[in-house]
Amino acid sequence: MTLDIGGLTVSIGGKEILRGVDLRLEAGRVHGLAGESGSGKTMTGLAVLGLLPHGARVSGAIRLGERDLLTLPPKELNRVRGGEVAMVFQDPATSLHPMLTIGKQLTEHMRHHLKLGRAEARARAVELLGKVRIPGPEEAYGRFPHQFSGGMRQRIAIAIALACSPKVLIADEPTTALDVTVQAGVLRLLRGLCDELGLAVLLVTHDLGVMSAVADEVSVMKDGLVVESGPRGQVLREPAHAYTRSLLDSLPDAELR
Amino acid sequence: MTLLSIDDLVVEHRSPGRPVVRAVAGASLTVGPGEVVGLVGESGCGKSTLARAVCGLNPITEGSITFDGEPVTPLGLRRRRLTGIQMVFQDPYASLNPRRRVGDQIADGLRTVRDTATSPADLLERVGLPREFAGRHPHEFSGGQRQRVAIARALAARPRLLIGDEPISALDASAQAQVARLMRDLAVESGAGLLFISHDLSVVRLIADRIVVMYLGRIVEVGDTAEVWADPRHPYTRALLGAVPKPDGLGVLPAELPGDVPDPANPPGGCRFHPRCPLVMDVCREKDPGFGPVACWLHEPK
Repeated sequence: MTLDIGGLTVSIGGKEILRGVDLRLEAGRVHGLAGESGSGKTMTGLAVLGLLPHGARVSGAIRLGERDLLTLPPKELNRVRGGEVAMVFQDPATSLHPMLTIGKQLTEHMRHHLKLGRAEARARAVELLGKVRIPGPEEAYGRFPHQFSGGMRQRIAIAIALACSPKVLIADEPTTALDVTVQAGVLRLLRGLCDELGLAVLLVTHDLGVMSAVADEVSVMKDGLVVESGPRGQVLREPAHAYTRSLLDSLPDAELR
Repeated sequence: MTLLSIDDLVVEHRSPGRPVVRAVAGASLTVGPGEVVGLVGESGCGKSTLARAVCGLNPITEGSITFDGEPVTPLGLRRRRLTGIQMVFQDPYASLNPRRRVGDQIADGLRTVRDTATSPADLLERVGLPREFAGRHPHEFSGGQRQRVAIARALAARPRLLIGDEPISALDASAQAQVARLMRDLAVESGAGLLFISHDLSVVRLIADRIVVMYLGRIVEVGDTAEVWADPRHPYTRALLGAVPKPDGLGVLPAELPGDVPDPANPPGGCRFHPRCPLVMDVCREKDPGFGPVACWLHEPK
């Protein structure tokens, strides 16, 4: 299934945050979204899930298959959210509930969306923990988030996002809070899951190195507009837009090249 | 000539009901005047504890820290004489007082060295902010600007050693390289040493003269930045450098270092890196490589 964002505009309190964003996510592909903070990357991700802040005005279209997510009644949107479109947030220390076990957080939405029984949900949760390579998934099921390291927590957050077999995964800066060595593992995991499960992934990141490692297509945003979009090699090696070039030039490595 | 020398430093964190954590377990390091030393390592390796110990914010368990020939004493309630070391903290949202004007906060630093000739506005100018900003409060600034204010405040006390504890990790990607370079320029300009702590290797490479790599409380490799970058010798340094994704558009997934950082309360015996090392040998499991500049049995000094 593809997710098609067309002419998406968002304004909050009269201020235009997004000014007509067009993006297309395809199954089995990672679409990278780059840009400075404040350029509207995160808002684009949140708009897909209908998680925009209160009072935001949205127009345009976000098509998931045949449906437009922006006009969907709340009840149906709730079925899409977490079920067909899932999200991984930046900071795994705050996105997991500190007082619920990993198992509880992994099975709650599965039981709701997939109508699974307790035992079935548990079996699937353990399988998922194994898939994201948490050592000792059986024991990990009953543990709390603080008993895991940052990288492990982000893997768990990814497992939670994948629990209901979504078609679309939105990853908002999934590795920014992690060390480079741990980041490498999470990126490999994301890429592997995308290839294996045919997920359409929107990877929001400001790190062009991360972008280059996993994204198939890259879009660059500035002031609420997509200024450049294209295959990874083209955007990062022969940037057409002056802003993309300036982003690449501002990298610490640029002057040493 | 060295400005700061750290010898076999051990720092332990004790908390009731928990095992003692050796955050820094025998680290030696020197910083010379006008020299920029980059300290890198994964989170939890003890680099921040080391920085805090140098400032006197953490008591030392064993070993010594000497600054300009005098030992560094723990910071207490009494007036501090040792204002030659100044620190820039990680989060400028937390390190600046939200209720005071930034000019007043910078003036505190000037007062410690009885400097009446310089005004806070001069310092703001040096860090690239307009002079009139001295009358503003921290909430009126962006993250990058706040960190510049924090740098101005640290510089006001005329430090001979500036310490940056992850000063750029809370900033936007576009501001990171700028702020890092600013710190370097200002420190070198005034002849002060700079100990720059970061987990971002690409930025450290840009500004540091020497790189110090830390793993689980130990320093595993020390060397010239260019040399370490071109030819990393310790397997851990190699893994760290290999994990940095390059923006070359080729789609190469970075190499993964298996496993997690072990619990510092219960470090593995022998070489501390051996459970994760791809080149592990029998000797690594038994004996700790207590030598430098590369603490690895593959690079034992003859």
